Amino acid sequence: MTEFSDTVLWAGRGRQKRLRIHAWVMLLFALAAILFQAYAPLYLSVLSYIELPLLLTVYLAMTGRSQVAGIFMGAGIGLAQDALSHDPLGVLGIVKTLTGYAAASLGVRLDTDNFLIRFGLGFLFFVCHEVLHWVLRRALLGEAVSIGILSTFLAGVVNGALAVLLFHLLDKLRENG
Amino acid sequence: MESLLNRYRGLTVLLVVLFAQLILVAYQVKTDHDVRLIRVWAVSTMLPPARLLAAVRTATTQFFSNYFLLVGAKEENRRLTAELDKLKLENRYLRSELGTAERAGPLSMFQASIPSATVAARVIGAGSGVNARAVFVDRGSSSGVKAGMAVITPDGVVGKVTAAYPSASQVLLIIDQGFSAGVVSAKEHVEGIVKGRGGPECRVAYVRNDEKIAVGEWFYTSGEDRIFPRGLPVGRVKSVGGDKVYKEIVLAPSGMARGLEEVLIVTGAVHQSIPDEQPATATAPLLPPPITQAPAAAPAEGQPAKPASLGTDADRLLEQYKKRAQSRGGAYGDNPEGLKPAEPSGGSGQAPARGATPAVKPPVSPSPPKPDAAKP
Repeated sequence: MTEFSDTVLWAGRGRQKRLRIHAWVMLLFALAAILFQAYAPLYLSVLSYIELPLLLTVYLAMTGRSQVAGIFMGAGIGLAQDALSHDPLGVLGIVKTLTGYAAASLGVRLDTDNFLIRFGLGFLFFVCHEVLHWVLRRALLGEAVSIGILSTFLAGVVNGALAVLLFHLLDKLRENG
Repeated sequence: MESLLNRYRGLTVLLVVLFAQLILVAYQVKTDHDVRLIRVWAVSTMLPPARLLAAVRTATTQFFSNYFLLVGAKEENRRLTAELDKLKLENRYLRSELGTAERAGPLSMFQASIPSATVAARVIGAGSGVNARAVFVDRGSSSGVKAGMAVITPDGVVGKVTAAYPSASQVLLIIDQGFSAGVVSAKEHVEGIVKGRGGPECRVAYVRNDEKIAVGEWFYTSGEDRIFPRGLPVGRVKSVGGDKVYKEIVLAPSGMARGLEEVLIVTGAVHQSIPDEQPATATAPLLPPPITQAPAAAPAEGQPAKPASLGTDADRLLEQYKKRAQSRGGAYGDNPEGLKPAEPSGGSGQAPARGATPAVKPPVSPSPPKPDAAKP
């Protein structure tokens, strides 16, 4: 590995070890994110492009750095979203489970304190989430849904930027807590 | 095997969880049955915070809605208050203008009726000083006003201009001690000089003791002072006294009797005659006493009934008959020869006696006096 990649991949590990999130805080954040996702678009439709539960899953899985925890966290958040939607239970659960696993796997290898990394992760996970969701709905449910490439890309950029802000805010909350 | 599972624990768990969810989805799709329990749990978990969120949102929305509503109401209240104040001011101004117009009506009529050229002016201030009896009017040299000009109202003399400024003038009132003007009495045309006394009354000086001046008599300007045109009412005699040489005549000035708001400045004086009676504008003329119907005396035998008054058509017709009878050399009621006497209206067939009541009877009760008859 190069010196840069070492910095990116390992520099944040020591710090992340010191920062632990209580279970009730995680639960509270998850509830808030799901509530936001379920009710905010009712009043402002633009907010439907913001996938806050996904960003929270990524953040919690990365900071937890446990693949199993990330899997269950993703599955729980996804199933809760499914329960509040009209889709069969498990579709978003599968997507969020995979996201949690991938985020936890990347969290132990990347410097997740880096803003650029956070933006890239936010963008990447959002696009993968949308694509996977689209695939599952077509494959498992047989729905003829379409996906807008440009809108997904733009929404990915927005969610990447939001990930930078949200992760920074959550970092502050954890440090103060 | 166990070490393999431990090594790939995460992946194993992932596969298990994914498989379980796939089975869940497959079950729902295949049986078209919903897993109601999970949804109930999810909804039950999410519902209280959602309700709280909705309540907070509603309260916040209502708060801001009410706030902006109140802000609008406050703004509207401020606007309406300002509008009300403006209307009040306008109303006050219009009332003032109406009052001015009401006052200016008689003044303009008087201005048109007198031969002298005058300029209407409004009193805008009083002179300074406790003893000063002077006012300022809103007409000055730019309106042709000069010092020494007479200031009058329809009721009489007010004073004279002592100083003319471009847009205002100072008027010395008739009651000021420094004021003097030539006057003449209405009946005997006794001349004198009216002077102010500093109070509400004036005095007429230099009237000899042998002159006849009665209380209540009017004094008019004589025109001898070359300031006031002859014939303007000055005031009425309130009391008459005197010493060995001159009378002490106290005059109640009439020019300011009804207040002092609008005046006329005489810019071109023209003399008038001295009226013999009280000026018409001084006070409202009194009507003559009403004509009381005295019990008509029974006409003497052979004499026509005398009408109580000549105010009706019947009276005038009766008068015409009398004149016609006189022009023929006879008296009213005497039928000339060859003429058949008038039949009485009763149709009794009996000829009326000489001197009986004519066909046109005098009115039993006179009609009320006509307005022009009521004038003095």
